[in-house]
Amino acid sequence: MGTTFRIRRFDPESAAPAPYVQEYVIDTEPSDTILDGLIKIRDTVDESLTLRCSCRGAICGSCGMRINGHAALACKTRVTASTASRNVVRVEPMNNMPVLKDLVTDMTGFWEKIRDVQPWLRPTGVEPEGEYPASPESMNRLAGVMGCIMCGACVSDCAALEVDARFVGPAALAKAYRFVADPRDGASASRLLALNEPGGMWDCTRCMECLEVCPKGVGAMDRIMTLRANGIDQGVPSTCGSRHAEVFADLIEQKGRLDEPMLAVRTFGLGHVGSLLSFLPMTLRALVRRKLPMTGPFHRPIPGMAQIRRLFQRSKETR
Amino acid sequence: MGTSYECDVLVMGAGLAGMRAALAAHEAGVTVAIITKVHPVRSHSNAAQGGINAALTDRGDQWEEHAFETIKGSDYLGDQDAVEILAREAGADIIALEHMGVIFNRNEDGRLGTRRFGGQKRARTFFVSDFTGQAMLHVLYEQILKARLPVFEEWFVTALVKDDAGCCAGVTAFELRTGQFAFIKAKAVIMAAGGAGRVFEPSTNALICTGDGLAIAYRAGAPLMDMEMVQYHPTTLKGKGLLLSEAARGEGAYLLNKNGERFMEGYAPNMMELASRDVVSRAEQTEINEGRDVDGCVFLDCRHLAQDVIRDRLSQIFEEAKSFANVDLTKDPIPICPGMHYMMGGVKTDVEGRCWALDGSWGGVQGLFAAGEAACVSLHGGNRLGANSLLETVVFGRRAGRCAGAYVTTRPHPRVSETIVKREEDAVKAILARPRTTDTVAAIRHEMGMTMNEGFGVFRHKEGMTLAQRAVSELRDRWTRVAVQDKGRVFNTGLVRALELGFMLDCAETIALGALTRQESRGAHFRTDYLQRDDERWLRHVLMYQNPDGPPRIDFLPVRMTQWEPQIRVY
Repeated sequence: MGTTFRIRRFDPESAAPAPYVQEYVIDTEPSDTILDGLIKIRDTVDESLTLRCSCRGAICGSCGMRINGHAALACKTRVTASTASRNVVRVEPMNNMPVLKDLVTDMTGFWEKIRDVQPWLRPTGVEPEGEYPASPESMNRLAGVMGCIMCGACVSDCAALEVDARFVGPAALAKAYRFVADPRDGASASRLLALNEPGGMWDCTRCMECLEVCPKGVGAMDRIMTLRANGIDQGVPSTCGSRHAEVFADLIEQKGRLDEPMLAVRTFGLGHVGSLLSFLPMTLRALVRRKLPMTGPFHRPIPGMAQIRRLFQRSKETR
Repeated sequence: MGTSYECDVLVMGAGLAGMRAALAAHEAGVTVAIITKVHPVRSHSNAAQGGINAALTDRGDQWEEHAFETIKGSDYLGDQDAVEILAREAGADIIALEHMGVIFNRNEDGRLGTRRFGGQKRARTFFVSDFTGQAMLHVLYEQILKARLPVFEEWFVTALVKDDAGCCAGVTAFELRTGQFAFIKAKAVIMAAGGAGRVFEPSTNALICTGDGLAIAYRAGAPLMDMEMVQYHPTTLKGKGLLLSEAARGEGAYLLNKNGERFMEGYAPNMMELASRDVVSRAEQTEINEGRDVDGCVFLDCRHLAQDVIRDRLSQIFEEAKSFANVDLTKDPIPICPGMHYMMGGVKTDVEGRCWALDGSWGGVQGLFAAGEAACVSLHGGNRLGANSLLETVVFGRRAGRCAGAYVTTRPHPRVSETIVKREEDAVKAILARPRTTDTVAAIRHEMGMTMNEGFGVFRHKEGMTLAQRAVSELRDRWTRVAVQDKGRVFNTGLVRALELGFMLDCAETIALGALTRQESRGAHFRTDYLQRDDERWLRHVLMYQNPDGPPRIDFLPVRMTQWEPQIRVY
């Protein structure tokens, strides 16, 4: 079966370096992965096509790239699953990091952010002679996040990183969670304090892309949410992020639906009039289009509030 | 000449053995750097799935039992003093790994749990689900970050450099992202660059396993030992050769032939599916050769295993079977066949990782150390037991690092003439300058792999091996002329692949010559023209030294025995 690979290439040593798209048509088998296709191109058509790849079995994390617009491991993605229309597959380097050559990106920043979360076990107390005792559940629970192979797919497609490169990003936060959730680690409090800083755990916008694209089911966003909950539980100083979460829940508990202007006012607090004023143009535009939501006493509770409150009650009891 | 760097100990390779060695040398208080052609967490140690062996005495196990089973598994070719060290020191290293943060599986009482593995009667394999290697590799990388050790990441080593006295003085290498060539000066180099699995096609090994460390040490004058001992793993996926962990059989999975029979009854009635890998692979190949196969495969059957065993302990191969073979392990048996997996042979070392003999009983390179799959201590002899390779990386990685750390304190900084370094750089440039022909590196690499698999597979015989040997020699001729299409400096993977192919051809030659030399059947080396093990003549290691003007020089060393006399090997 002939498959067209539309590959975004980049040669930093050409006279005027700029990305361009090159098409290759090759025969593929139904069992072939995108990586098989790329290797076939490199081996038989164009040796200069540059990519990282090694294990072929989704464990080394080398071949992260974007396939039809979403980050994935080339070795784990079947050609047949990627060519719904006209047998064409679009292959590009990962996003949110500089491209070195063709499909090879510069992951220096990625690794620096991993290093920034101090990713090593910091036990406290006397080191036991044998192993640290730990329940089987506590170790099994960490297996999911230890399954992370650092391929960079989540970072590539992270919406928050796209607008703010200072965000530490989903992979590093999942790594941080791995230590916060480890019963042997004694540094949770200081880890959570560090993650409470700007660029840390509150900068995730919950777009869910990292959950979608992760080839190993690490569930970075879910880990970030757990970190936030742990942070609030342990009393880290409040931030816009944590207040946003708390006020959000409180408003729903009061009225059953979101009072958006109130959410903004209470999140920023009256001490941040400047931040609040920055919303003014948007508020006016919403007013003109008659889309300004009701607020304060005009924002009425929904029918059936008793049930909503019961839900809140139950969730507080089960925590 | 390019830039130059300097350190006391340079570790080549950042897999488990390399990183463990680097940490040990660092603890000895000397300056350490790591050089690796891929980022450390991309290393092939990732691929080790099933676990790591250790006989913990506080759990009622005996190191002697582990040692004996390792020696029996090796078909008595393993050096018994080295195996004793491996088995004695295993427990402490497992605990050290746990303290670093490895999330080993636990029992209900909160202590480390074990599973059974092949060739061993007792459950002594510690594990993290079925991604033990990955779980260990990432933790060791964390320790490297903690220790702030410098890592030359994505640097390709081209050669070992020696000083005027013939002692190790560092390496020449280039950085992939810039193409910058450099001399990295070091008083000691620890070769921990893994095996040479890609010499074979198919193979379970990652595409980076090209024997760089073996060939570089060999070219510098260190002998390679027992290169004919190539392990075929019993459960690999046909085609690309991806590995399905022995953990599946450790947890109770069956092997079935076309007729649904558990054929291991006929080959290893006591240990069944958990006999040594060489025994199981030969049994499978016999079933296949005698027609009780489907499409060149027999089957691995996990259907009777409990759902939570598959979910918690075999999660990765469950995913792998689904993604790469389209099989749901809980519903269907999966077709598998023996596939090239591991090199028992490697750079000859003593039990401290030294690649030279203190007593001069064999030749080598002073200042060069080796550890992990690149090394041949020899622990695995003719056949490695599952879950002993991870153990080797940490025990002998640590020992090599410690010994190198001590060695360098007695040594002055090496002096090397610049012309040696310049010559290396020119040799690499000459490859880039070759005129284009119709031949390609990929074609030669593929033919080499197929040839080796054909000639040096589960069953070997003189005619087949001689044909393959001749073919390899022709492939080498072609390699000396093949051109690289990409002439750029930045991330020139074409150049890397050409150099890797040169390394692999060196390994292929020594595998072929070693296999033709050893006129017996032992462990993984099974010759249909010499069916029996011959302890009288062949209870010894085969060493090969590179000889620039002709075929390698062959030498022999006796197997080091302590307390276990060779017996007939029955499972």
